[in-house]
Amino acid sequence: MAVSADTVQQVASLAEQKYKYGFFTDIDHVQAPKGLSEDIVRFISAKKGEPEWLLEWRLRAYRHWLEMKEPDWARVDFPKIDYQDLYYYSAPKSKDDGPKSLDEVDPELLKTYEKLGIPLSEQEVLAGVRNVAIDAVFDSVSVATTFKARLEKEGVIFGSFSDAVKNHPELVRKYLGSVVPPTDNYFAALNSAVFSDGSFAYIPKGVRCPMELSTYFRINAAQTGQFERTLIIAEEGAYVSYLEGCTAPMRDENQLHAAVVELVALDDAEIKYSTVQNWYPGDADGVGGIYNFVTKRGACRGRNSKISWTQVETGSAITWKYPSCILQGDNSVGEFYSIAITNNMQQADTGTKMIHLGRNTRSRIISKGISAGRAQNTYRGLVRMGPKAEKARNHTVCDSLLIGDRCGAHTVPYIESQNASARVEHEATTSKVSEDQLFYCRQRGIDEEDALSLIVNGFCKEVLQQLPMEFAVEAQKLVGISLEGSVG
Amino acid sequence: MLQIKDLHVTVDGKEILKGLSLDIGDGEVHAIMGPNGSGKSTLSYVLAGREGYEVTGGTVRYRDQDLFTLNAEERAREGVFLAFQYPVEIPGVPTATFLKTAVNAVRRHRGEAELDAMDFLKFVRARAKELEIGDDMIKRFLNVGFSGGEKKRAEILQMALLEPTLMVLDETDSGLDIDALRIVSEGINRMRGPDRSTLMITHYQRLLNYVVPDHVHVMAGGRIVRSGGKELALELEEKGYADIASAA
Repeated sequence: MAVSADTVQQVASLAEQKYKYGFFTDIDHVQAPKGLSEDIVRFISAKKGEPEWLLEWRLRAYRHWLEMKEPDWARVDFPKIDYQDLYYYSAPKSKDDGPKSLDEVDPELLKTYEKLGIPLSEQEVLAGVRNVAIDAVFDSVSVATTFKARLEKEGVIFGSFSDAVKNHPELVRKYLGSVVPPTDNYFAALNSAVFSDGSFAYIPKGVRCPMELSTYFRINAAQTGQFERTLIIAEEGAYVSYLEGCTAPMRDENQLHAAVVELVALDDAEIKYSTVQNWYPGDADGVGGIYNFVTKRGACRGRNSKISWTQVETGSAITWKYPSCILQGDNSVGEFYSIAITNNMQQADTGTKMIHLGRNTRSRIISKGISAGRAQNTYRGLVRMGPKAEKARNHTVCDSLLIGDRCGAHTVPYIESQNASARVEHEATTSKVSEDQLFYCRQRGIDEEDALSLIVNGFCKEVLQQLPMEFAVEAQKLVGISLEGSVG
Repeated sequence: MLQIKDLHVTVDGKEILKGLSLDIGDGEVHAIMGPNGSGKSTLSYVLAGREGYEVTGGTVRYRDQDLFTLNAEERAREGVFLAFQYPVEIPGVPTATFLKTAVNAVRRHRGEAELDAMDFLKFVRARAKELEIGDDMIKRFLNVGFSGGEKKRAEILQMALLEPTLMVLDETDSGLDIDALRIVSEGINRMRGPDRSTLMITHYQRLLNYVVPDHVHVMAGGRIVRSGGKELALELEEKGYADIASAA
């Protein structure tokens, strides 16, 4: 039996947002003038004191972007974005003088992160709360990075992208745009032109990164886009686990977030990249919220390398995102584990691309899409077996769960195989949270929202298990919170 | 414990219960027998508070309160337990996780401290052992891939953990082999006590040999047509429902 009409009606009446990260921090900030032009690109580059080659790189991307069209193939619907009506750079003023260490970081900023549950004080972390180094990105700039010294001892470079441009230009120049070219797609080109900051991580040969690396992204200023750029390089035999989290204030306007993430894994290297995306999703009627148009791609360049994407996508008004793997090295492995939850008027078109080029390459896709309210949730995935992908294998499982009868779930798999020895398997299911299951839980004393959270967490279990321990518990709670109000 | 007076219930516009009355005292065990479609399962769902069952007349008082003012989870926390005829499967949710969530929800309501993982495990293992339920079953996803017998034993385990005051057992004997029937019956008997009442819904006399009722009722056409002691069950077995229902 499906969820009763009564239950579904409650979706509407209870749809008041419970987004607890919706506050705004009143902090002095410097902004670029509104709008986008070559001058703005130059402004951003100058602000960051970039070398000439990088400015040229940005300008080429910008000129290319002008020739491009916004993609329209995704199953998402939104009014035309006026790219001249946005600010492309916003930074807390205190950053201009540049905090030299954590002690100099504006206390208002530290408070903001504390409120978000992200301790930037190393003592707290050292007290054993978490074994995680954090890079905090506030609007367009990185405001703090913890544990730099400890990581440096191991040869690990972790910090803001801007610092990497200054201190390790040879690495940035070598890898920037090598996985996601500046002309890759409309939003990637836009990002390449105006990206302001982000995280950079480099793990040298044979080093197992001693702690989780994490970046926490926060959009604060109004009418401001966030265009961060993340680059992670794992040299031969290196290992790193990286996690990003995201939140934004509640606003009636839509805000654009167009990030690019590039991962490079050389021989025997492994990168585990986890995302907990909780941008403001807009209100129950679909007013406001973040447009999350993101390009994420990893290159398994070396033999036996491995890249694993895990994402828990609960926020954003619209999510357009396909973390992908290019499996170039022989025996390389790509994984994509995804939970995408859409409630109220949220729309998500998300999935992955697994491009098998090398021999014996393997990929695994597990996607769990959950729709409630009037939301639309699409899995879109491509598995391509190249002509040299001898004995490559892919296994895909796409499960969709519907809550109520006004939401939609869609699965769009693309499979292309140019090698007869390659094997591709695809399984897909769609189910509803049944009235039977909810009643059964309630008959045992569990209230309806806890019951739903239990059922949905069960549905997502295989993916939640992939998250680092510290974050799995938070993600489980988030799964429950994002569905609040979706049953009576 | 439970007083049902002239209860009328409609499902999808069709009247299923047509003036049912039943009085269950503290510590009593009542059995309701009757043919398919007589409304037995409807009665159990109405008592448990399932949506979609419209009460069009009559009253139900449970421990001196109006049962219908409570929603399903409130009734459960107040001690109404329904052992389902067909327990649902919840994939991805380990049985232990589910049990702990339920037990702690009920404990919170009673003003008792929640059990932590260690204490809970001790508690659940002790009760599970009595029902010949091993650790592996508690680790498996709730009811997923359980055999018919395992599902019914799991229902009784939940009942033992939640310590209800009114146990409603809907066809708990169906699909059980003789060993499972013994284990389940012993589980029910262990829970009998002066402050706990039982309502057993069953087709067959078989269960009543193990769990001996104080009162037996025959249900037909949405109401109780005959009541008696435990010997009524034997008479039913001998003569069949048709005679009794038509004689009423």
